[in-house]
Amino acid sequence: MNSAVTHREGKLERFSYDDQIVRLFIIATLIWGVVAMLLGVTIAFQLADWHVNLGVPWLTFGRLRPLHTNAAIFAFCGNAIFAGIYYSHQRLLKARLFNDTLSKVHFWGWQFIIILAAITLPLGITTGKEYAELEWPIDILITVIWVVFAVNFFGTIIRRRERHIYVAIWFYIATILTVAVLHIINSLEIPVSMTKSYSIYAGVQDALVQWWYGHNAVAFFLTTPFLGLMYYFVPKAANRPVYSYRLSIIHFWSLVFIYIWAGPHHLLYTTLPEWVQTLGMVFSIALWMPSWGGMINGLLTLRGVWDKVRTDPVLKFMALALTFYGMATFEGPLLSIKSVSAIAHFTDWIPGHVHAGTIGWNYLLIAAIMYYMVPRLWNSKIYSLRLANIQFWTATIGLVLYIVSMWVAGISQSLMWRAMDASGKLVYPNFIETVIKIVPMYWVRAIGGTLVLTSLIIMVYNLYKTAKAGSISSEPVLEAYALDDSSLEPGASAHRKLEGWPMIFAVLSLVAILVGSAIEIVPAVLSKSFIVKMDVVKPYTPLELMGRDIYIREGCYLCHSQTVRPMAHEVLRYGKASEAAEFVYDHPFQWGSKRTGPDLARVGQKYPNMWHYRHMYDPREVTAGSIMPNYKWLFTDKADYQSIMKKMNVMKTLGVPYTQEEIAGSLAAAKAQALVIKDDLVAAGVPQAILDKEIIPLIAYLQRIGVDYGKSEVQP
Amino acid sequence: MEIMPFLIPIALIMAAFFIGGFIWMTKKGQYDDLETPRHRMLLEDDKKVTHTKEGEL
Repeated sequence: MNSAVTHREGKLERFSYDDQIVRLFIIATLIWGVVAMLLGVTIAFQLADWHVNLGVPWLTFGRLRPLHTNAAIFAFCGNAIFAGIYYSHQRLLKARLFNDTLSKVHFWGWQFIIILAAITLPLGITTGKEYAELEWPIDILITVIWVVFAVNFFGTIIRRRERHIYVAIWFYIATILTVAVLHIINSLEIPVSMTKSYSIYAGVQDALVQWWYGHNAVAFFLTTPFLGLMYYFVPKAANRPVYSYRLSIIHFWSLVFIYIWAGPHHLLYTTLPEWVQTLGMVFSIALWMPSWGGMINGLLTLRGVWDKVRTDPVLKFMALALTFYGMATFEGPLLSIKSVSAIAHFTDWIPGHVHAGTIGWNYLLIAAIMYYMVPRLWNSKIYSLRLANIQFWTATIGLVLYIVSMWVAGISQSLMWRAMDASGKLVYPNFIETVIKIVPMYWVRAIGGTLVLTSLIIMVYNLYKTAKAGSISSEPVLEAYALDDSSLEPGASAHRKLEGWPMIFAVLSLVAILVGSAIEIVPAVLSKSFIVKMDVVKPYTPLELMGRDIYIREGCYLCHSQTVRPMAHEVLRYGKASEAAEFVYDHPFQWGSKRTGPDLARVGQKYPNMWHYRHMYDPREVTAGSIMPNYKWLFTDKADYQSIMKKMNVMKTLGVPYTQEEIAGSLAAAKAQALVIKDDLVAAGVPQAILDKEIIPLIAYLQRIGVDYGKSEVQP
Repeated sequence: MEIMPFLIPIALIMAAFFIGGFIWMTKKGQYDDLETPRHRMLLEDDKKVTHTKEGEL
């Protein structure tokens, strides 16, 4: 059978695999994994007790949370993807990676990007778009390194010695192409300086593009590459063929086609047009099928080896990862149903869902492939099965604590938000009441997260001992026939021929993705009648614009939304439901996705300036029991007035109707407005020296949010 | 909703494209051999020649 399968007419060639690059990516995975989870645990404790923010700007929740998400997704999962892809790609294609230098550039370039992220995000250098917070120079670097990866990857396909392209590689191809498209389109921004830029999209359009990106980051960074790894490592570890190759074909095409449409389910009940919301919801529900098809295909591959699942850590982690994948992809479509989203959106249910995926699926699958690769690459045996077992249970218990506490917190709080008595009044009009109730759940989550981190550290130790006991031997030399036309079997099916043309295949995949994307995004960006302009809505003043940048820098959007959904209890609690026209000057949009604190869409002119002053200094001065950090540095750091003209100019380029006079006089206008706010504060007993500090522009911005329409007579 | 005349034709074209593609693939025998690939990937490391010193190829 062996010779029948591999017999070729071509020349017999000798080659070896580049395993050193895989080893490097494995080491990076483990290091960044610990960092990412340590950050996660830190911010979990910050939510349980605000003191953990320590009063240090760069350790505050709003700055560490983007670092946590970026580290977990792009550093931990990213390096694991590269390790797993480079390991399996070479073996499936019987070819060494295209170019050793490119591999090294890929590795060190990616680590450099991660280090830049670790420096810039805590400094508050951010675009203010979730999971895409890195500023424009880093965005460009990401694009360059991603292209290096793509060239290396496709170059290997061209040089392969195996005509047939196995299903895992299709998933890798879809990943590489789609992530490139997503990253470039969502990162379009105009620079103000090396560390500041504004998204070219505004308001509703920005929201649509952002969540098209955001959801597909989940789809094409955390799902498709891992499914590819699943299709390689599960059969290999079980030493059994994948349950159904037919199902894998259906799985692939349906998943990549459907996933790209699902983004708008993040924007249900917002001012996004109804039909886009419905489209997002319908496709999200349709995702049930391919997702579960893939899960079933993975789990059924383990048929007949369930006895080994009990003892072999690789299979054990894979079985659990697939189970959590099934759970998370059941929960996702459920949350995308509008009536469920009405309850779950903005609550802790969402982080609970996300972590069921990232910890349950990504981390556990990473654990499985690490236990598969490390003993093979270091010629060793797993150091301790007992430790792997302890890791397994620690991670599982930690994750269950995480998920369950977030279900309880999310649903409880949401029901409190919407509770109305017989006379139509809110039962819990004070937002803080609903926060205090769920703080115990924040403690449970932090403990669960600590257990997950502990489990990872156990694995790092176990793998370190495994590698130390082994040795890196010289690269084994392999033999295979060169690829020539004779290996394309006469009468091969259409799909088999398609697989033999990776470039055409790649282009077709891209077309499928682009069509889905274009239908949703192009009309939103181009259609002139998409947003009915409202005369009452005016651009921000220069000082407000400065304040808005401080708001973005401190990551306020990570805990406060800026959009009132058209629901009775929201209108009662916050004010008029939001309108699309209100956000036309918001580059970037700041709707947020989570209400750890109350919505701010109507906060403008709701409280006196002095209230904001005291609140930012110590939130507990005005709201007993608040879990928000103190922002005392805003009272000592000087605001950056010098760049305001540049910022106004960029905004004008983006279509905000500032006149030349307004731009020329922006500095004077900002200072004049600051003086008014300062005088108001001084009248309440604040020292004169507050004039040039950052708190002044921030108050100006907060007092402006949602005022133009919210305080106007204009009716919806 | 000026967007509908744009959306509906595109949706119809796409639906036609995929149904057509499916029929075409089925007729062409797309699903004829779904056995070999899943077994072949398990056999990749069978052609190991030897362990040599690094660079000695």
